[in-house]
Amino acid sequence: MIYADNAATTRTSRTAIEAMLPYFDSVYGNASSLHSMGQQAQAALVSARQAMADGLHCSPREIIFTSGGSEADNQALLSAAALGERKGKKHIISTAFEHHAVLHTLDSLKKRGFEIELLDVHEDGLVTPRQVADAIRPDTALVSVMFANNEIGTIQPIAEIGRICRDRGVLFHTDAVQAAGHVPLDVEAMHIDLLSLSAHKFHGPKGVGLLYARKGIPLVNVIYGGAQERGKRAGTENLPAIVGMAAAFTEANENLQANAQKTARLRDRLIDGLLQIPHSALNGARSPRLPGNVNLCFEGIEGESLLLLLDDRGICASSGSACTSGSLDPSHVLLAIGRPHEVAHGSLRLTINEETTDADVDVMLRAIPEVVAYLRNMSPVWKELQSGRRQFVL
Amino acid sequence: MALYSEKVMDHFRNPRNVGEIENADGVGEVGNAKCGDIMKMYLKIDDGIITDVKFNTFGCGSAIASSSMATEMIKGKPISEAMKLTNQAVVEALDGLPAHKLHCSVLAEEAVKAALLDYYRKNGMDYDPAQFADCASCGCCEDRH
Repeated sequence: MIYADNAATTRTSRTAIEAMLPYFDSVYGNASSLHSMGQQAQAALVSARQAMADGLHCSPREIIFTSGGSEADNQALLSAAALGERKGKKHIISTAFEHHAVLHTLDSLKKRGFEIELLDVHEDGLVTPRQVADAIRPDTALVSVMFANNEIGTIQPIAEIGRICRDRGVLFHTDAVQAAGHVPLDVEAMHIDLLSLSAHKFHGPKGVGLLYARKGIPLVNVIYGGAQERGKRAGTENLPAIVGMAAAFTEANENLQANAQKTARLRDRLIDGLLQIPHSALNGARSPRLPGNVNLCFEGIEGESLLLLLDDRGICASSGSACTSGSLDPSHVLLAIGRPHEVAHGSLRLTINEETTDADVDVMLRAIPEVVAYLRNMSPVWKELQSGRRQFVL
Repeated sequence: MALYSEKVMDHFRNPRNVGEIENADGVGEVGNAKCGDIMKMYLKIDDGIITDVKFNTFGCGSAIASSSMATEMIKGKPISEAMKLTNQAVVEALDGLPAHKLHCSVLAEEAVKAALLDYYRKNGMDYDPAQFADCASCGCCEDRH
């Protein structure tokens, strides 16, 4: 089995699992309890928070542990909106290719009277600092731009956008779910006010993440209850998961350069090999791109059937076709970078990591062209393209 | 994958009657590349009997399986019987489809009927237009266009 869907989720590392185990059955106290078992849990929570803060270059007090990236995105946007509303600022800038955790939260804010401006994404999969600068108005409450796109892996100019927002006095949030543990993050140097991340994208456990909120930014609750997380996120802390996230994040950051180098070489082998397939194209710029992201469109075929046949051959991949998204339209990301619907249906995303080998790449480079050719051979669209009755786009 | 029944996966992995028929007696194409599925059906008809049928499909697993199953269900049958093919019958023969994939079976029924309509027209034969509900009237994919 070749697992090439690491943008969906990753294997929990041995390091993370080992770090978590004691907190299930020996140090299982509630971090809010006064007794020694509770205080041991509290100490573990403090040290996990410190580890995350070290990785992000912030203070531990600026970290709120959450159930994952979606919750952190929700809380970040709702908090910035509430703050803006109090100051009469109801304009929010984001991009057309954000994750749904951001887009759907913005939809809810739109219903509450906020004006949401989604910046167009250039066909290379990038938003420019200039676009952000031009869109900022006196009543702008927030700019939210994802660090790296989850489908096409393009890395946005976050530091430059952060600089602009700081200069103009506008809050800046970034959804760093795909970037954390894979590219260097520094909230101080990058002028980031709010940042979301999720542990299971960097070999941590599922169901845990965090929101970084720069000191002084008032947060609104998404979950009300006890006084955990400075009263901003109620519920007994998921200590094993938090400890596992900290162990995974530390490990990922220690190996970040080496992993990125190793993975990027295999990514480039895959991209170069798959672009040999006629009428195919890479989605998003080659650079700057996450080290493990490969995303191509193959004209004349549909992505779900491609995934099913690859699964039969032991390859786990993903696609932005409508049939795999469960909606009627293909991926909003591929549409945002200008792929027509019929081309976007034929997309394939392979997200590899440092566990991927050259042998895995060999297998994929053999299987994918065969499966694409097989599906094209039964595709009426491909036949029309070949006969000239339909124009090639790619 | 548990998304589909064994029957769907069988027809998807080993689709029956894939291809084209040269000088077919009836050809029908339905669907829309923008929506992600197109089916093209070719019929060979002798003395009112469908003696051969082939298909080409651009689409997901259930679209390919639905086309394959539909061709099996009408091959060797009189056209009067093929006219009675329903999407429900295709779904049942496939041991079911997920709710959001039912439109694939509708496309399969429409592709067969479009090919039969082409046959009637080519041969100047009378037909009842009511039996050929056009794509826009089925309603199942009106949001998709």
